[in-house]
Amino acid sequence: MAKLRTRKHKVVLSRSAGGDAGIVVLLVLLGAFMVLPMVYVIMQSLKPLDELWNYPPRFYVVNPTLKNFRDLFILMNDSWVPFSRYIFNTVFTSVGGTFGHLFLASMCAYALAKIKFPGAKGTFKLIRTSLMFHATVTAVASFILMSTFKMVDTYWAIIIPAWGDTLGLYLMKQFMDSNVPDTVLESARLDGASELRTYWIIAMPMVKPAWLTLIIECFRKLWNAGSSIYIYSEQLKSFNYAIGQITAGGIKRAGASAAATVLMMMVPILVFVISQSNIIETMGSSGMKD
Amino acid sequence: MAKTSAEYQAVARKDMTYRQWIWKEMKRNWFAYVMIAPYMLIFSMFTIVPVALSMVISFTDFNMLQMPNIVWFENYINLFFADDIFLIACKNTLIFSAVVGPASYLMAFLIAWFINELGPRIRSVVTLIFYAPSISGQVYLIWATLFDADAYGWVNATLLEIGFIDEPIAWFQDADYVMPLCIVVALWTSLGTTFLAFIAGLQGIDRAQYEAGAVDGVKNRWQELWYITLPNMKPQLMFGAIMAITNAFGFGGVVTALAGFPSVDYAAHTIMHHLDDYGGQRYEIGYSSAIAVILFLIMIGANGLVRKMLSKVGT
Repeated sequence: MAKLRTRKHKVVLSRSAGGDAGIVVLLVLLGAFMVLPMVYVIMQSLKPLDELWNYPPRFYVVNPTLKNFRDLFILMNDSWVPFSRYIFNTVFTSVGGTFGHLFLASMCAYALAKIKFPGAKGTFKLIRTSLMFHATVTAVASFILMSTFKMVDTYWAIIIPAWGDTLGLYLMKQFMDSNVPDTVLESARLDGASELRTYWIIAMPMVKPAWLTLIIECFRKLWNAGSSIYIYSEQLKSFNYAIGQITAGGIKRAGASAAATVLMMMVPILVFVISQSNIIETMGSSGMKD
Repeated sequence: MAKTSAEYQAVARKDMTYRQWIWKEMKRNWFAYVMIAPYMLIFSMFTIVPVALSMVISFTDFNMLQMPNIVWFENYINLFFADDIFLIACKNTLIFSAVVGPASYLMAFLIAWFINELGPRIRSVVTLIFYAPSISGQVYLIWATLFDADAYGWVNATLLEIGFIDEPIAWFQDADYVMPLCIVVALWTSLGTTFLAFIAGLQGIDRAQYEAGAVDGVKNRWQELWYITLPNMKPQLMFGAIMAITNAFGFGGVVTALAGFPSVDYAAHTIMHHLDDYGGQRYEIGYSSAIAVILFLIMIGANGLVRKMLSKVGT
């Protein structure tokens, strides 16, 4: 028998050394493609003014400084609408949208996954189909609907559509399908628990990774939401939009705008770092069976 | 008082017509309808009704101001026979999504597969590196800085330095470069949900299958991939494909931010931009609804096609 290859004293099957090396090379190349622009953003944000407009431009920063971040905060303080207002807008819509979505979607997902009622399969198929087209398709008609319901230019125009997000419901339903055993629910029902109680007390604690994923996905979308076609009033616009206005200030704000980009991207990245294992666990049951 | 277990039994379909049985089952499970009602209400209002409404409006000349008239297929006829820019947009959308969709799908799978055998700690670091661009909001604007039009742009400066070009190229204002560059940037931001689903799917495969495979004559990683990994991953492959396709059609914002609107010579003008032009700026709602309906049909069609192809994996 041929000698088995080992890695760290463990036998590896079906893996040639050449293949391993090739994969490492490919990974490094692709990784450089992904990471270098991110590194460049951070470099830009740390460059003092003379280095930003150096010729020839250098990739790396020589004398790192936090001045750009200070400039950014000064610009924020000078803005016509106080920046705290933009921050409040983003926090308020994120929290309202996220928790409404979590509650409505998980309740619906529970019923679809764990109660066998006529129409459950069809309803889920309908929801799943909506994953197949992008929201831009519905934007114009949504605008007409929202103006009919007098929601345009209110917080509701951001919050309520977030409640109906499809991906969250899909992930929650799939996760409940594979992680909440029917027998446990059955015995709770036999003990006289109502469906609402079974859902809230028994099923929900079993799907913590899924609701964490829902919260994070929903929050990220709302955090990254820039200007919305449904909002006109300056006082109701998002933090991201306001930061974008600073970035749009042209050459003299290049440093502050790089600092703003770094500030904006750090939040979702940190959130992902903290929640990665839960998100991956949720994605484990995301597959489509038919 | 606790209910007896009989009340929780599914209704047996004896001595009943199908309709009577469905009705009994619906009454027995009435609470399920209460539970799905709030979500379904919102979902209908912002997804189903808008799609249906777009289809209806696309047959009218609605413009938000006057009472709409029914014009039947006039909007569609105009789109295909009188609107040259729409045809350019169609061509660009097809090129864009035909490249970005499969390429991002393949890239997501390959990277997920490559990093699958790394140790848990290093794997989560590498995952973060590849996933970060897709969640970082507008960080893709850095590409506009890298590919700045004058010699202060890092790419131009570097190319001038090594003598590859004689004068700086205005990358995003040049009809030859704008589309490929937007595709590269779109790919850069595309390793999102699909990528995570693949990582999770690969982690979920039972190790024992690989050992059994090796005993049964699997010689190398490619055979292992084709005979064991891919068939096991089929549900994730389906889900990932849907997410990748939908995203590939949704990069209009990236293109607008980088190439401007309208892009030079409409070289990166997609159906999404055309829709935004007529719906969001000119308020020709009837016409833009027709565009939305066409886009909707293209997306659903592309998904149907890909699902059919994927159902053949591993058979």
